[in-house]
Amino acid sequence: MKRAGRGLNEHGTLVTPPPHPSLASGGGSRLRLAASFGCLAYVMTCFAISAAEIPQNERRSSYADMARDSKAMQDDDTANPGMLSVLDGEALWKAKAGAVGKACADCHGDARASMKGVSARYPVFEPKLSRPINIEQRINLCRTEQQKASPFAFESKDMLALSAYVSLQSRGQPIAPPDDQRLAPFRETGRTLFNQRQGQLNLSCAQCHDDNWGKRLAANIIPQGHPNGYPLYRLEWQSVGSLQRRLRNCMIGMRAEAYEYGAPEYVAMELYLMWRARGMTVETPAVRP
Amino acid sequence: MARALINVPAKAKRGEIIAIKTLISHHMESGFRVGPMGVMIPRDIIETFVCTYNGEEIFRASLYQAIAANPFITFNTVAIASGTLEFKWTGDNGFSATESVNIIVE
Repeated sequence: MKRAGRGLNEHGTLVTPPPHPSLASGGGSRLRLAASFGCLAYVMTCFAISAAEIPQNERRSSYADMARDSKAMQDDDTANPGMLSVLDGEALWKAKAGAVGKACADCHGDARASMKGVSARYPVFEPKLSRPINIEQRINLCRTEQQKASPFAFESKDMLALSAYVSLQSRGQPIAPPDDQRLAPFRETGRTLFNQRQGQLNLSCAQCHDDNWGKRLAANIIPQGHPNGYPLYRLEWQSVGSLQRRLRNCMIGMRAEAYEYGAPEYVAMELYLMWRARGMTVETPAVRP
Repeated sequence: MARALINVPAKAKRGEIIAIKTLISHHMESGFRVGPMGVMIPRDIIETFVCTYNGEEIFRASLYQAIAANPFITFNTVAIASGTLEFKWTGDNGFSATESVNIIVE
């Protein structure tokens, strides 16, 4: 099935849906009037979406909206189930892997020093691929090119464990997207995807997370949608999960067709979300309901 | 190997009530879920948790299918003497994990 109304075409350029044709009824001058109103409404909608970006001082982590028990779970490293995954990741960091027989630690040394602040600035531009990559893709590049090992599957236990361990080293640091001009077009793609209506429900990410955060969707408080705790332990999942899993979840909720794991669209959205959350504190491994 | 996290104060006064927190990684598959091809996923849970203090059993819990993944069990005990607290989880498919923590009581 083709994705309706948004996405990248085979040339890698963004496909924008046409303006809504609902006002194109009636004839003659009425039609022209209606059409110009339609255009005006469309322009105003676009303006409203870009103007509704959350002001810097109003941004907040979803931690603030959690119940006391969930906060306590995240705050205590011996009660946070995400730390179990971190322990697995620490073992993987030190384990020799692949044909080269090298561990992550053999090149990068002590992760507590070498990985500090790393996940706070990802995704970064990878010149070899001429596109940005996220932390999971960096781990897999290291595995295939440096260790000559098989890549981890996205969302596999090992991938989540190693990325959680690496990201833990940035806990408490501010999100700091790099000032790299090569990232700019991809970040703009991410912004467009974030603001673009999609799926059978015809919703954009921005409609919930920019325009209606803090209100309720059924019993849940709509979060601002910041990527500051990933990979995180979600009580609903009963496991650790990545930001891409969360994005897929939202897309399935809007009844859009989710992209494959590792798709450039997710990395573009990740870039935009990290920029949107710049300066916020990394909480990995966060706990969320 | 199952990962476990134990939180017991390293030092306590004699007669003091201390909180013990335990967390273990286990997916606690209920046995009620249907997997690919419509086949039931077999039950795989932790059934029993036991804590002993210097060899004497001080806490025991039975776990069932409704317990979420990565069970977190917390309870209190009275610090009576320096020694070792041992924790043992046993379950389906021969699952067994043990951890021990030392405590100094003054």
